[in-house]
Amino acid sequence: MLVAGSLATGGCISVNAPDKPIVIELNINIQQEVVYRLAADADKTIEKNPEIF
Amino acid sequence: MMAATLFRRSVSVAVLAATLGAALVAAPALAQRDPAYAAARAAGQVGERMDGYLGFVVPPSGDLKALVEDLNIKRKAVYAQQAQAQHATVEEYAFTAGCQAIARTAPGEKYQAPDGSWATRTSAPPQRDPRCP
Repeated sequence: MLVAGSLATGGCISVNAPDKPIVIELNINIQQEVVYRLAADADKTIEKNPEIF
Repeated sequence: MMAATLFRRSVSVAVLAATLGAALVAAPALAQRDPAYAAARAAGQVGERMDGYLGFVVPPSGDLKALVEDLNIKRKAVYAQQAQAQHATVEEYAFTAGCQAIARTAPGEKYQAPDGSWATRTSAPPQRDPRCP
């Protein structure tokens, strides 16, 4: 059992954590063309809801 | 001739329906900003973030924190509804609203600049993300 265990350990691939923090930038996925398409509607939304803007 | 008359009539019905619809939709828009929120904006304690929500420039009191968080929840609900209608994600819609809300800030109010810092609006156009229209 012990031998089998050490053999298995020897076959392991070690994975190290990256040294830089993993940053997920959600904003990066927002395309300019989508923003341009939504701009007029967003303006209307702000004007229709003055109590929350 | 007949078709033209029918067309004209259906156009006028559509115009009437649109006018009535606009009047119904416009009715709740009379509500204005909560005075405490208006004061916090004017004092630069609360600012417009790039992501379409309100942020705290300085640590808020408990009352102000609750008030602003409530406004952000209401904004998110409106963004979600409009995003669905426009076939966009909530984040895309919120970001676009953020562009527009920053553009509408009054001199003296705070807004989040593209580098993430808080900036004070002057009479000059605000610094916005390059994707803003």
